[in-house]
Amino acid sequence: MATIDIGLGRNIEIRDDLLLIAEMVAANSRVLDVGCDDGSLLAFLARHSNVDARGIEISQAGVNSCVSRGLSVIQGDADTDLVDYPADSFDYAILSQTLQAMRQPRTVLNELLRVGRRAIVSFPNFGFWKVRLDLLLRGRMPMTDALDAAWYETPNIHFCTILDFVLLCRDLGITIEQSIITGQTGKPLRHLGTGRVANLFGATGVFLLSRGDR
Amino acid sequence: MRERLDMKRAVPAREGSTVTLAEKTPLRLDSGTEIGPFAMSYMTYGTLNEAKSNAVLICHALTGDQYVASDHPVTGKPGWWGRMVGPGKVLDTDRYFVICANVLGGCMGTAGPQEIDPETGRPWGLGFPVITIGDMVRAQSLLIDHLGIDELFCVIGGSMGGMQVLQWAAAYPERVANAVPIACAARHSAQNIAFHEVGRQAIMADPQWRGGDYYESGETPRAGLAVARMAAHVTYLSETALHRKFGRNLQNRERLTYGFDADFQVESYLRHQGITFVDRFDANSYLYITRAMDYFDLAAEHGGVLARAFANSRTRFCVVSFSSDWLFPTTEARDVVRALNASAANVSFVEIQTDKGHDAFLLDEPEMFATIGGFLEASAVRRGIL
Repeated sequence: MATIDIGLGRNIEIRDDLLLIAEMVAANSRVLDVGCDDGSLLAFLARHSNVDARGIEISQAGVNSCVSRGLSVIQGDADTDLVDYPADSFDYAILSQTLQAMRQPRTVLNELLRVGRRAIVSFPNFGFWKVRLDLLLRGRMPMTDALDAAWYETPNIHFCTILDFVLLCRDLGITIEQSIITGQTGKPLRHLGTGRVANLFGATGVFLLSRGDR
Repeated sequence: MRERLDMKRAVPAREGSTVTLAEKTPLRLDSGTEIGPFAMSYMTYGTLNEAKSNAVLICHALTGDQYVASDHPVTGKPGWWGRMVGPGKVLDTDRYFVICANVLGGCMGTAGPQEIDPETGRPWGLGFPVITIGDMVRAQSLLIDHLGIDELFCVIGGSMGGMQVLQWAAAYPERVANAVPIACAARHSAQNIAFHEVGRQAIMADPQWRGGDYYESGETPRAGLAVARMAAHVTYLSETALHRKFGRNLQNRERLTYGFDADFQVESYLRHQGITFVDRFDANSYLYITRAMDYFDLAAEHGGVLARAFANSRTRFCVVSFSSDWLFPTTEARDVVRALNASAANVSFVEIQTDKGHDAFLLDEPEMFATIGGFLEASAVRRGIL
């Protein structure tokens, strides 16, 4: 099984993360995977849950590879292109391991919950103890196997912690329907909640969100 | 060039099938005129299955015709999309029933300005009604009716063919399972109308054009049509492709001649393109078909909102553009994709990296074959077309 080091960056072994997200998606639903990369989640959902799965991917090479495999994917930028979709186009809008690379994470979060009735968001927790330790002891920006880009070339420009994310959801009136915190190995850590303990021991957070006004 | 342009006019040989359409009820055109009965010539490849679920309609471009994958009866050249259509190809004729019809207004057997107007017994000439992309598609739908097909597995085409694909999806969403518009746009840009106007003016400035009434004169406006083709052909290529192919290389000579002969290879190439074109194409058809493209504006037909053209569409779309196409640039494909997203349609969009310009859709572009192939395969498997 894949090990998710400190779970930062997009090059983590996606399988565990992907399965956790897939489990949150109801069968026969409509899904938009924003930043769908090589389309493995889309392919999985289409195959196992009979989901009408679409994707947006920023890299044209990634798009072409997805389309060649029969997936419905367009080239686009989550920061700017979600606005094209009408409200409630999808049952779920998924943003996996991409929130921290958005120029406007707050806007994107709102957009996800406009085009999707629910959103599933996963991101690396910058409050994870190893990250804290790295900064505390070395005094350098954390770099690990998964987060292997130096600060000056990383696409990740808006890191947050689980606490930060929970507070933002509260500010935006977003309801957290379900949360799964995973540890360093990618395995879910049970009964941690979304508070200080989860923020210290969780490497990644996966959240099922809905609009508070519903 | 002059003497070569005076070569005797080839008589177009015809093969394939020709059917008479709109026999009972005439076809009402966008201009308000009615036409019918009228002839439509088409080619088919492969076999229509019992469920009639494996039909693929190919829509040809401005100067294309129905000879997609068979030798051209006039030029003897292989079909214009032989790379795409045939056994084992992306449009596998062992699997799909592939149809391609000469468009309304064309000159390869379908009703057009060079055909005989039954009312006068003389060629239509400019008496032929002005047609639109919508008219071409309505006429094709009559052919599909005639073939007994309710739903097309796929409608596919590049350039003007792509415009027809979009029109098909907008006008007959329930008849199109998969739509593949390639290197096209939902409307013709001002720049493209401008280029077409140059071509039309070249034809009409040729004294042999005779106000469009040249069919019985024994002459055709070959020089004008050749110039139109030369100008248009430049727009089908890219600066990079022209440079790679010709650079400033001289044509069969060591040095400049200080005259107006074709010193440069690129001039010689264009002249060849012009001269060979006039043997197989009717100048009036060129006027009518370029006009149809100019008039194309799918959003305008839907209150100025392109997304409305695709409202509630269940068609799967695969929009394809080419990075070096400046006639139908990727930005215009993106406008189509944006509209499809806005109508929550199922859409894939690929931009193929190539330096071959607009013409890339006719050429060997492995990534185009892979993406369109994969797109169709997924749907074919779901629909049990094996």
